[in-house]
Amino acid sequence: MEIDPFIFRLSIFILSIFIGYYVVWSVTPSLHTPLMSVTNAISSVIIVGAIIASLAGTSDTIFNTSSLFGFLAISLAAINIFGGFLVTQRMLAMYKKKKKDK
Amino acid sequence: MLSANLSGIFYLISGVLFILALRGLSSPETSRQGNFFGILGMIIAITVTFLSIGNFSTGFVVVLIFLLIGGLIGAFIAYKIPMTAMPELVAGFHSLVGLAAVFVAIAAFLNPGAFNLGSPGNIKLGSLIEMSIGAAVGAITFSGSIIAFLKLQGIMSGSPITFKGQHLFNALILISIIVLTYLLCSTQSSNLFWILLAVSFLIGFLLIIPIGGADMPVVISMLNSYSGWAAAGIGFTLENTALIITGALVGSSGAILSYIMCKGMNRSFFNVILGGFGATEQSSSSQNKEQRPVKSGNADDAAFLMKNASSVIIVPGYGMAVAQAQHALREMVDTLKKNDIKVSYAIHPVAGRMPGHMNVLLAEANVPYDEVFELEEINNDFANADVAFVIGANDVTNPVAKTDPQSPIYGMPVLDVEKCKSVLFVKRSLSPGYAGIDNDLFYKENTLMLFADAKKMTEDITKNL
Repeated sequence: MEIDPFIFRLSIFILSIFIGYYVVWSVTPSLHTPLMSVTNAISSVIIVGAIIASLAGTSDTIFNTSSLFGFLAISLAAINIFGGFLVTQRMLAMYKKKKKDK
Repeated sequence: MLSANLSGIFYLISGVLFILALRGLSSPETSRQGNFFGILGMIIAITVTFLSIGNFSTGFVVVLIFLLIGGLIGAFIAYKIPMTAMPELVAGFHSLVGLAAVFVAIAAFLNPGAFNLGSPGNIKLGSLIEMSIGAAVGAITFSGSIIAFLKLQGIMSGSPITFKGQHLFNALILISIIVLTYLLCSTQSSNLFWILLAVSFLIGFLLIIPIGGADMPVVISMLNSYSGWAAAGIGFTLENTALIITGALVGSSGAILSYIMCKGMNRSFFNVILGGFGATEQSSSSQNKEQRPVKSGNADDAAFLMKNASSVIIVPGYGMAVAQAQHALREMVDTLKKNDIKVSYAIHPVAGRMPGHMNVLLAEANVPYDEVFELEEINNDFANADVAFVIGANDVTNPVAKTDPQSPIYGMPVLDVEKCKSVLFVKRSLSPGYAGIDNDLFYKENTLMLFADAKKMTEDITKNL
């Protein structure tokens, strides 16, 4: 009997939840806002699905209904990716330690 | 054209890089490197997707154009947004993830062949279930985040909106989503798919309207979690490891944050979700409305008290964000430090409108993060401090939470501000906080109320120091 590949994906999913659990508990509370903005950015990896959908058409039917949704999803996800990573970068750059010379 | 196995390996690598991105946030020193890992993971995932499709014709150019448009908008927002607007921004971004998930699910439903999921009207059962879950959760994330965004922006009132039979109505809708998913999977009807989406949008809207403004930290964390589960649902549909890993990470991250926020308010998750807090429980507070004497002072008095102190603890809250007083506050603290007064900051877990909100604002005002402490770290120090300076916080300092079992906030962890030798409380009026209860701290012997706008008062104190 062969195992359905779904079971492998489910295993990855469940184990990732556990990894997420331990990794996120170790995030320092002062960085909870950057945590939210960076999780926002990385969950936009959904753009992968959007790209597949938009490039599914043949050369003469680039724009069918399905690929249009793909194109829109690409823009939405791109706003999140650029916006999310950059705003996180901007926030993290502000966290400074006490200057020793004071 | 990249082989499926090779691209699978690369997706795994980008998943691992995302884990490292979150891991980096365990301390501010490693966090910037973490963010870099995240960006790298994203670049790998996108590049691999292009290579594995191997279609670099006109479509590819159009994809790049849409990518660029979104990227420019995102970058523009990221540079322009003021730090005080971070909760709105995050809520807005969540709605985009939700909507993107919905769009990808629609695209997959209309053209399942592109994803190897079968043909329209004959989609593999497992994929259809995963797709419906992803689409429904994405839709809930979208409309819920929109409401959260409107409430945070102040476009919509922050007070809870409730109506009779609300919970029953919501429960019925949730049941109908399950029934619709079942029917959709057995009939493959596209009409049912659209109805499922519409109903999911509706429930997202209905779930968030009864939740009040100060519960927003829980709501934002919860929507963060939902956006993760939506991504994971789509990840299963597309059989994409990077998406599954990320979805699980984000989902559990949001869930943990919601838990921390609920614990910070000593309320159960369901209590927050069912909403209506503050609107229904005012009866318990209205019974002792007699006027009690309050000591109020001006900037001069406050400056005098602080000048003679040897240690000061600052308690910021949402009011500081509203008044944009963080820079003025830092200047005041600089002056205090020049007079050899020890200053630290105490942050309550639910201060502000999202997790870590106060920390970001203080960081923006160049407050070193090693002067900022969490509730458990600093609560014992209040007894030894000379002055507590409460700026924009209210309920999180209310001693009633420790003394009055009748109070709606009883049992909530609070900052032991009243143990300080003297308390300076900056507030515009004596009005009760969000929970609708009087703060006993106002009437304590050692409390001096400073009735003014937080920013103006802080500036005036600095002048008088």
